[in-house]
Amino acid sequence: MRRSGRAVAALLALTLPFWLANPYVLHVVIMAGIFGVLALSLNLLLGYTGQLSLGHAAFFGIGAYTSALLTLRLEWSFWVALPAAATAAGLAGWCIGRLALKLRGAYFVLVTISFAGVVSLVSINWMDLTNGPLGLPGVPPPELGPWSLRTKRAYYYLVLAAVAASSLACKRLVGSRIGRAFVALRENESLAESVGVDVTHYLVLAAVVSAGLAGMAGSLYAHYTRFVSPEVFLFTYTVTMVIMVVAGGKGTLAGPLVGAGLFTALPEALRAVTSWQWQMLAYGVLLVLLVFFLPRGIVPALTAVRRRS
Amino acid sequence: MEQLLQHLVNGLVLGGTYALLGIGLTLIFGLMNVVNFAHGEFYTLGAYAAFAALGLAGLDFTLALLGAIAAGALGGALCEVSLLRPLRHESIDTTMLVMIGLWIAMQNGELLVWGGVAKSIPHPFPTAPLVLGPVSLAPLRLFVLVVAAALIAASYLLIQRTKLGRAMRATFQDAETSALMGVPIERIHTATFAFGSALAAAAGALLGPIFLAYPSMGDLASLKAFSVVILGGLGNVPGATLGGLLLGVAEELGAGYVSSGYRDAVGFLIIIVVLVLRPAGIFARAERIG
Repeated sequence: MRRSGRAVAALLALTLPFWLANPYVLHVVIMAGIFGVLALSLNLLLGYTGQLSLGHAAFFGIGAYTSALLTLRLEWSFWVALPAAATAAGLAGWCIGRLALKLRGAYFVLVTISFAGVVSLVSINWMDLTNGPLGLPGVPPPELGPWSLRTKRAYYYLVLAAVAASSLACKRLVGSRIGRAFVALRENESLAESVGVDVTHYLVLAAVVSAGLAGMAGSLYAHYTRFVSPEVFLFTYTVTMVIMVVAGGKGTLAGPLVGAGLFTALPEALRAVTSWQWQMLAYGVLLVLLVFFLPRGIVPALTAVRRRS
Repeated sequence: MEQLLQHLVNGLVLGGTYALLGIGLTLIFGLMNVVNFAHGEFYTLGAYAAFAALGLAGLDFTLALLGAIAAGALGGALCEVSLLRPLRHESIDTTMLVMIGLWIAMQNGELLVWGGVAKSIPHPFPTAPLVLGPVSLAPLRLFVLVVAAALIAASYLLIQRTKLGRAMRATFQDAETSALMGVPIERIHTATFAFGSALAAAAGALLGPIFLAYPSMGDLASLKAFSVVILGGLGNVPGATLGGLLLGVAEELGAGYVSSGYRDAVGFLIIIVVLVLRPAGIFARAERIG
């Protein structure tokens, strides 16, 4: 039953651009995929090690800028720029991990948020490199041999591959010894340490992988919208990621993807009815309601319901 | 040299209001263990309350300030009772998420009510600056500095000399024992949150007329309040006062001598550097309140 369900889902995902002709809907699906990678990356830290990063937009933005600059200024291929973007973001994650590894909870959050603030200010003020608030237009679309992945349909498959690769990577990581160490740290740090889990090592590792994934998402975003500006550092992105992870179910593999799908589609659906401010207002209220009524998220709640029946 | 003095004076004016923000947050964070990301929204609330009183109702500045403080206290008490009280025994991360939600909701609520265009708050002070030797100071800024100092002094008196303040200090040191001694912890929490929010609103009403009132003004205010708290040490009111003044002066000097584009980076860098090197704050010998 579960296997056939998965096969149907995979088939639907693979054929989606053929039966979903509406380019606008396809655009929403692509954005959901990019946010899916972001939510997976945040979930590694928040869901598995229990550390909330409110600086994730910084890793996303660093990835977007790295990829855009490498392809625009140095005319590197997208296929080199993408791993470079992930590496640059991962490196930033390493720095933050090393710096903040002594801190927990609120203090870790504050360091990440401050880091994002500094990076955002740099992107606005370092005119020579980033072109300041005007941003970098004309980021080239990726090319694959003779084809350009300019169309939404082609880009969909690129994003699909990225989502699949990221979830697989997260699944492997979480199921491994490393993932068990993450969870042990989240549940009881001193106990984990006493049985020989190297706290520093694992927290930095989680930060690096998480930041690297966010950087990859940034690169995908840059080459999809073909424009990068300091807006990629907007705190709204971080908040959206947090809501996706918390609503979907932190510490689960499917949760962030469900959350990403839901919270990319929902605002688009609401856009026709309400303005952007109402939508953000609803986000805030929703976050509060989630904490009160569905603290573990949608996916764990559904799993519990299914077990009971 | 003349410039330096001018920067120092401007920094003190800013720093006085940062200290108000910081004292409010250090009490909330220290006493209630709530990472209040909505703190800056009470600052925004204060600025808009001042705008409503001065710009729309045409009241005088003192009334506007009192109105802003009342709005902050009322809003703070409301939030504490409805959102934080039910979650008192939850983890710090849970309440942090709720405060992030409140922050987004309040900010966009303000955006809906007041619109995205920045509002300039009228004030009754003459615009010609007072010139004292090498330093010139707008009368409004002098007023802001004096009022901030008065409010800081009042906060000290409240914390050190009143029964409420003593109960707050006791709760900070040991909530359980205080409860056993008959301190009504729930009411102390409500009072602390209302008091902290009122100070933030006062800061907003004071700085609003110098700058402008706009919905997202609270974001930076929150982060600056956090850097003041971290600079001074959790729950440390004198530390927050000094930290606020220090941050104000550092920002002015940074903007004046390094680059004005990076003015707001000062607060961020303080958070990172202090937390990494000296997490208990630079003035702290031990965590304390009062």
